[in-house]
Amino acid sequence: MTARPRPRLAVWKFASCDGCQLSLLDCEDELLAVAGAVEIANFPEASSAISDGPYDLSLVEGSVTTAHDAERILEVRKQSKFLVTIGACATAGGIQALRNFADVGEFISAVYARPDYIKTLATSTPISAHVPVDLELRGCPIDKGQLIEVLSAILAGRKPNIAAYSVCIECKRRNTVCVMVQGTPCLGPATHAGCGAICPSFRRGCYGCFGPMETPNTAALAHEWELLGASPQEIVRSFRSFNCAAEAFRKESEAHGI
Amino acid sequence: MASKTIKVDYLARVEGEGALDLEFTDGRVTSARLKIFEPPRFFEAFLRGRSYTELPDIVARICGICPIAYQMGSVHAAEQAFGVSVDGQLRALRRLIYCGEWISSHTLHVAMLHAPDFLGFPDAIQMARDHGDLVRNALTLKKAGNELMRVLGGREIHPVSVKAGGFHRVPTRAELAPMTETLKRARDIAVELVRWTAGLPFPNFEQDYEFVALRHRDEYPLNEGRLVSNRGINIEIADYDSEFEERHVEHSTALHSVVKQRGAYQVGPLARYALNSDRLPQHIQGLAAEAGLGPVCRNPFKSIIVRAVETAYACEEALRIIGEYEPPAAAAVAFTPREGTGFGCTEAPRGICWHRYEFEADGTIRRARIVPPTSQNQPCIESDLAAVAGGMVDRPDDEIRHRCEQAIRNYDPCISCSTHFLKLSIRRS
Repeated sequence: MTARPRPRLAVWKFASCDGCQLSLLDCEDELLAVAGAVEIANFPEASSAISDGPYDLSLVEGSVTTAHDAERILEVRKQSKFLVTIGACATAGGIQALRNFADVGEFISAVYARPDYIKTLATSTPISAHVPVDLELRGCPIDKGQLIEVLSAILAGRKPNIAAYSVCIECKRRNTVCVMVQGTPCLGPATHAGCGAICPSFRRGCYGCFGPMETPNTAALAHEWELLGASPQEIVRSFRSFNCAAEAFRKESEAHGI
Repeated sequence: MASKTIKVDYLARVEGEGALDLEFTDGRVTSARLKIFEPPRFFEAFLRGRSYTELPDIVARICGICPIAYQMGSVHAAEQAFGVSVDGQLRALRRLIYCGEWISSHTLHVAMLHAPDFLGFPDAIQMARDHGDLVRNALTLKKAGNELMRVLGGREIHPVSVKAGGFHRVPTRAELAPMTETLKRARDIAVELVRWTAGLPFPNFEQDYEFVALRHRDEYPLNEGRLVSNRGINIEIADYDSEFEERHVEHSTALHSVVKQRGAYQVGPLARYALNSDRLPQHIQGLAAEAGLGPVCRNPFKSIIVRAVETAYACEEALRIIGEYEPPAAAAVAFTPREGTGFGCTEAPRGICWHRYEFEADGTIRRARIVPPTSQNQPCIESDLAAVAGGMVDRPDDEIRHRCEQAIRNYDPCISCSTHFLKLSIRRS
């Protein structure tokens, strides 16, 4: 019997901090097993052996912020059978989507002495704004357990088991006492699970790095924040961070008049 | 005159996006430019109007490989501006989480990104076929660093515990205790890694660098110190602008930093080691000597040995801190923000990472400036490339290309940090 060819994996980078693709290298216990199960065909951060597409699975990190990248993602999609975005940048535009609420020309002048050397788009947009995406993995950064689950599911030809509920369920599971009832504003009730509710276990409120859960009630949450004494500015800033361009968080941030 | 072009469109095994242009005229290198085209993300612009409370979480996102470096620089700056002093066990815990980042980041580079260059493999996974124990041990070492960050910060990438004044929560002794065995094993692996790197084949190449690093009264530098160089710089971190300046060059979305009086300088392991090797414990100095390092190493290809030495040191230092740990009464020092300017400068794995912030009275950020290590090393990398390529103009293009890529990786460039990725083209005319 001849062995089936291993699925070909590619990892792509757009505007990002590299943390989500590092998550793959951070799977220290599973890395060599993963490398045995797939052919790492294109992963420049880890290997200088780069082979041409097509690829069975593309993991895409980062958001689209340049005209060149808007073209490049079309080519990546064409070369990829299954495309998974990894992380808040690729899934929601990332922290760099704060430019979407500002004048990018002014941003360029604030950072660079020679604005004429810088070419960038006025917005930072998720991959799904440009091409069809087969699966989106949330998080800033992604959870490596979820990454391994997605890789295993794809190798096994099954649907990945990724929960869509809120961080609250994860706090209950690990017996973390609710920080909101102790007076600390928390984005957990509106935030997609996946991190394991880390922040409340460190006695601070969730800051929403996994983005909105399915159908979040952000208005009710913002009202609870007001009752805890949060200012409108604080509410706007909280919804406007690593997932500021995700629709539910964007709309809630715009509802507070700033 | 023969003319020729060599291209490397996407430099691999670096973090971020860049390219290289080499031009030869009459058998001489006339231009060596490291082009950085990582798309800018404008952190310094969107930090304006954010609160100091959000600062460590936001700046962590500049770099997924060294988030602690950014968090530390930012909280030190806020504390300086607000007149807060963090010492005792809280200070020790900051050093401990930073040791975790050094172990993890250095091991990633030494074993997985840089070592394959010396042995002719495209990556660590292929290398594992012939050097299985080495790669597996390195993964164990890297994992120890990550575990340390996870215990103290909840996760290894963008940990959540660091804040101005201290931490959101500090560990119990019982939470840290299991790290002792893990770190002892990690230290033994790191010591073996030093010996292994010392046996790699190194090109005979030295440059007379200006090294810049922090220097502390009695520690090998991580979080604090004065900015010093081997050519006489010895200043407070707040006086950075008196000796250094950033220039914006057309081929890069990273700003180039230079010493105003002299030009290119180097930060990172070689610089730290050259300026602080006397601050390493005796037996770590002995380990470095056994690996063939003098008190100063000017061969950038040997930075792999220095990284391994620093990894062994970080394991030891972590063990020392854990051994002496008593949980502090409070996880953070209480303070009230005030209007002011603060500076932070710490030793990221790749070298000094400098921050300056102006705050409003309520702690809102009015202005932010961050100078990451790779943008400081960029002119130095270009100077190495010119020298490396200049010494091998008659060699085949593939050989020049390979050696130049290796010369870039000597710096463990983190291009995402400096904003910024690599494409190599060589033009001969």
